[in-house]
Amino acid sequence: MSEPAVSARRPPEAPPDAPSDGGPTAGEARGWALPARLVDALPMLRVAEREARVFSTVLHTLVLTGVLMPLLFLGAMGIGLGGLVDENQGTVDGVEYLVFVAPGILAATAFQGAAGESLWRVMAGIKWVKSFHAAAATPLSPGQVYAGYQTWIVARTLVNSALFVAVAAVLGAVPSAWGVLAVPAAALGGLALAAPLTAYSAGRDSDMSFTLVMRIAVVPMFLFSGTFFPIDQLPDGLEPLARITPLWHAVELCRGATTGSLSLAAAAAHTAFLLACVAAGCWWGVVTFRRKLAP
Amino acid sequence: MSADPDAPAAPVDPDPAGSAAPGPADGRPLISARGLTKHFGRYVAVDGVDFDVQHGEVFGFLGPNGAGKTTTMRMIACVSPVTGGDLSVLGMDPGHDGPAIRARLGVVPQEDNLDTELTVWDNLLIYGRYFGLPVPVIRERANELLHFARLDDRRDSRVDPLSGGMKRRLVIARSLINRPDLVLLDEPTTGLDPQARHLLWERLYRLKRDGVTLVITTHYMDEAEQLCDRLVIMDEGRIVAEGSPRQLIDRHSTREVVELRFAHPDQQDAAVPQLDGLGARIEPVADRVLVYTDTGDDTVAAVHTRGVHPESVLVRRSSLEDVFLLLTGRSLDE
Repeated sequence: MSEPAVSARRPPEAPPDAPSDGGPTAGEARGWALPARLVDALPMLRVAEREARVFSTVLHTLVLTGVLMPLLFLGAMGIGLGGLVDENQGTVDGVEYLVFVAPGILAATAFQGAAGESLWRVMAGIKWVKSFHAAAATPLSPGQVYAGYQTWIVARTLVNSALFVAVAAVLGAVPSAWGVLAVPAAALGGLALAAPLTAYSAGRDSDMSFTLVMRIAVVPMFLFSGTFFPIDQLPDGLEPLARITPLWHAVELCRGATTGSLSLAAAAAHTAFLLACVAAGCWWGVVTFRRKLAP
Repeated sequence: MSADPDAPAAPVDPDPAGSAAPGPADGRPLISARGLTKHFGRYVAVDGVDFDVQHGEVFGFLGPNGAGKTTTMRMIACVSPVTGGDLSVLGMDPGHDGPAIRARLGVVPQEDNLDTELTVWDNLLIYGRYFGLPVPVIRERANELLHFARLDDRRDSRVDPLSGGMKRRLVIARSLINRPDLVLLDEPTTGLDPQARHLLWERLYRLKRDGVTLVITTHYMDEAEQLCDRLVIMDEGRIVAEGSPRQLIDRHSTREVVELRFAHPDQQDAAVPQLDGLGARIEPVADRVLVYTDTGDDTVAAVHTRGVHPESVLVRRSSLEDVFLLLTGRSLDE
């Protein structure tokens, strides 16, 4: 290697006075990172790491979303409303209302959280802040940027769901040990929404439609996908509609896990439906990210 | 296109011990384009351009907005697939070796895309992580780069409160985190005030002095003259001239230019026929008449002899702006 090239690799103007001995400062104190071997094997994790670092600055919100929200929801719906339901009805689908509604709220919360990560934040990465463009100028490909962002959503949903299940278990809403599986089931349900919704958001030119997406897609699913009551209570025409929403499949999986009542075949069918949503969403996402980041 | 078979397969490792980049010893250019073309649907953004960028030089693309400079840069940066022609970057093919090439590039995009959700320090840290660099390595380099960018005291600041010049310097610092072989700067000083521009130029000189190969796009002729060893002038997707700033001026313009300003456009219109035959060429533009000549003072005397009395007369040396005007009939800022 010849001399000019070596100097090109030398840091410009090595500072005599800067703390280059790596003495820790406020900024460096936060310098945690995922294990190098893991990140080298899966470069997309570098994108997830960025999201995690941003999230680590607002870590206290985890107490709010992960602990307080389940307490409030399970308190109001499960215990408050549930007391009324159980008084008049006895049980819902053979279990007390708290046990019925807890996995519904778990899946719906994961779903809602995934939606929150897949709309405006995606538009920021693609269009406003362009942080996805910055990442795509490095060895990372647009597909890896997309996949890394989905990985982050899954990681976050897993943590929130685990906290939710723990709180629910303490309140007596998780009768079966299979309930542990409700955590990945809820995360899978979140990903089944996030994968296509991230693709949709990345392809938009403005965020005008996002509020509408929340109102006509996410919120109705939240309310009517077997979350708070069995879908056979729905008017006849609407029941089949509920069955093709990803949230209903996620709710069924979560409920089957926390109550320990789901057959293996049914669990496989729900999982397959959700995985199909994820696969289609990922294909759409990679195509869209490629079109937007490397036209 | 195919990569040079002699070029060692470059590892994705962003900081290889030995560089596979073509160096001055073998005479191979760092970037080589032949008939490079980019279409967006029916729109032809880059229309068959040829150029070579040599090791250690500062190479410029000068041209007005829409000339195809940014699109060319994005193809070099491997974030825009080539439509046609051949392109080789660091001896590799952007179509196949995009990640390996990007691992060794520094990119300063036209619009700052700093991470507004992170601090100055974390911007460098996360960007280094995108290249797969270990945290201790990034930490050491980030300290040096903050000093280079004169942002030592802003390390824990958020990005938003920084001035335009500071943000630009941070983007440049960020682009150096992987110790790139080649730095691409798209309009590095557009939108900055003169003081911030000069500070930025001074920092870029420093890089140039350290032997870093820089590729710059600009629509400022003074920036091109100040920074570039060699440049191409682009217009409507094509390269219309190539050379050092001096060569371009010598080849395409006269030594001096006499600028005649008139009090009223009607006076200018009336004066143009009277000037016929003066100097090598006469170019009436919006607010003045340019007379291209090798002897400015003699030409000024001749103007007065012909009974033309402009409101003001200025004799100056030819610039790249004149080269662009003479080659395309338009000025750079149109």
